[in-house]
Amino acid sequence: MSEPFDPQRWRPAPFLPEREARDVALIFVVAVLCFLACLTAMGVIAADRAARGWTAQLTGEATVIVRPHGGETPDAAAARAAETLAGTAGVTEARALEPAKAYDLIRPWLGDVSDLEDLPVPRLVAVTLDARHPADAKRLNAALQAQRIDATVDDHSRWIKDIRGAGRLVRWLGVGVFALIAAAAAAVVAFATRAGLAARRDVVEVLHMAGAEDRFIARLFQVRFARVAGLAGLIGAVSAGVLGAGLRFAGGGQGLTPALPLAWSDILAVVPCPLLAALVAAAAAQVTAMRLIRGMR
Amino acid sequence: MTIESDAPATSLSRSPISAFMSRNPDAAPATKSADQVVRFDDVSMRYGRGPDVLRDLNFSLPQGSFHFVTGPSGAGKTSLLRLIYLAASPSKGQVHLFGQDTALASPAARPQIRRRIGVVFQDLLLLDHLSAFDNAALPLRIAGRKPAEYRTDVGELLTWVGLGGQMNALPPTLAGGERQRLAIARAVVNRPEILLADEPTGNVDPEMALRIFRLFVELNRLGATVLIATHDQDLIARSGRPVLQLERGRISAAPPQGPAAT
Repeated sequence: MSEPFDPQRWRPAPFLPEREARDVALIFVVAVLCFLACLTAMGVIAADRAARGWTAQLTGEATVIVRPHGGETPDAAAARAAETLAGTAGVTEARALEPAKAYDLIRPWLGDVSDLEDLPVPRLVAVTLDARHPADAKRLNAALQAQRIDATVDDHSRWIKDIRGAGRLVRWLGVGVFALIAAAAAAVVAFATRAGLAARRDVVEVLHMAGAEDRFIARLFQVRFARVAGLAGLIGAVSAGVLGAGLRFAGGGQGLTPALPLAWSDILAVVPCPLLAALVAAAAAQVTAMRLIRGMR
Repeated sequence: MTIESDAPATSLSRSPISAFMSRNPDAAPATKSADQVVRFDDVSMRYGRGPDVLRDLNFSLPQGSFHFVTGPSGAGKTSLLRLIYLAASPSKGQVHLFGQDTALASPAARPQIRRRIGVVFQDLLLLDHLSAFDNAALPLRIAGRKPAEYRTDVGELLTWVGLGGQMNALPPTLAGGERQRLAIARAVVNRPEILLADEPTGNVDPEMALRIFRLFVELNRLGATVLIATHDQDLIARSGRPVLQLERGRISAAPPQGPAAT
């Protein structure tokens, strides 16, 4: 015997059951995918920022290798080069490095050799470029040649190109991984929609016979799977956010590793995840449901 | 073959169901009484590449008529109903509903046609996760009606079919006869212009069968065109309504018409 029923207090129940046993598996799979997508997004943002930082650092500096010639001593040649470069437009500062620093740079290749000072080691001049209007290698070379100084200018352009290339690669890899995960999520939802429609064929048939339009029926499945995916996206995003916060705490200001510094703002990348998951699921369910419903006719 | 029924009775008894139906704002049928709401022109039908289950059917049902369709199992009764409620398409010939060739109806028009047809399915097709009340109200929700407009009416209809105390029950908890009555309530709640019923008295006792039949008669009096597929020869005999006799997919006979049932 059922409970006493008052039609005046009746509220229409959803046409589709609110909970299905298979929802748990679907939520788990989509939540894992969203978790991975959020980690990817955070990693790409952090890597992108690191690449930009390195590039900015390198573009602000140049290194000049000075080779003494004639009777000039290496130190005198380096000092003359620093003086010449300091007066060049686009240069903020030019400083001859102490010989010990030059020795330190070549020691890894030559080993711990005594009498290193006896070798004709070229001197280095560190140049800090004007941030707004930096001098390029051509201008620095021209200034040095005008003073008859034998030197090679390294404006780090080769490294900058490599770092920019690596940054681009990381970004595109991130976009690729993100797209793959989104496609996998869409495929999972499409599969679940197909299974849901097969399991609820009775509902589809009854609604059809009662005069429901295809779009109306498809929308039921669309809303249902968007909700499920949105919940899964929330679980995945919160999990990834918690992990990101943990890494930030563990690594302090630079995150877990200086090579990939994670900022608090990077964790905000997880925020759109539930909405994106719901949108992907809604689109996948809509397309799948419409195709299946039309096939049922 | 054209089968014409006697004209529907015009007087309305003030039973709860007629009161419910007369309050329904969608009650007035759109077709005139002389219109043929269903017409089969040389219709054959098959499933896939199988043999024809219906062959060369020619008949029409005038608006407000009441017919039975009977025949042995496999004769094509259910297939004939499926053609009318647009669950199947003919492999040959034309099915006209409300004066329109269904083959020419656009996908957008087909749901609108279905809303004018009430169906009691042989396997009932109740939704087990919805309460009896939700099941009965389903066609009204599909039609976009607001709950406030039909709450009372659905409650009265369910009470009339003997489910007043079971409105909140889920179909799996109902007895066979109760499920059958719920399916009938759902079929008639939107006051359809055509009412199709496939073995509607199969699971009920004779007394309830008669009561259900009277409900159909009352709907018929209010203008609905009724076509009932049944094996129940006793019901057919007592009703005195015209019969489409199907055998191996063909209409074999239309028995003489008797007095209208009450």
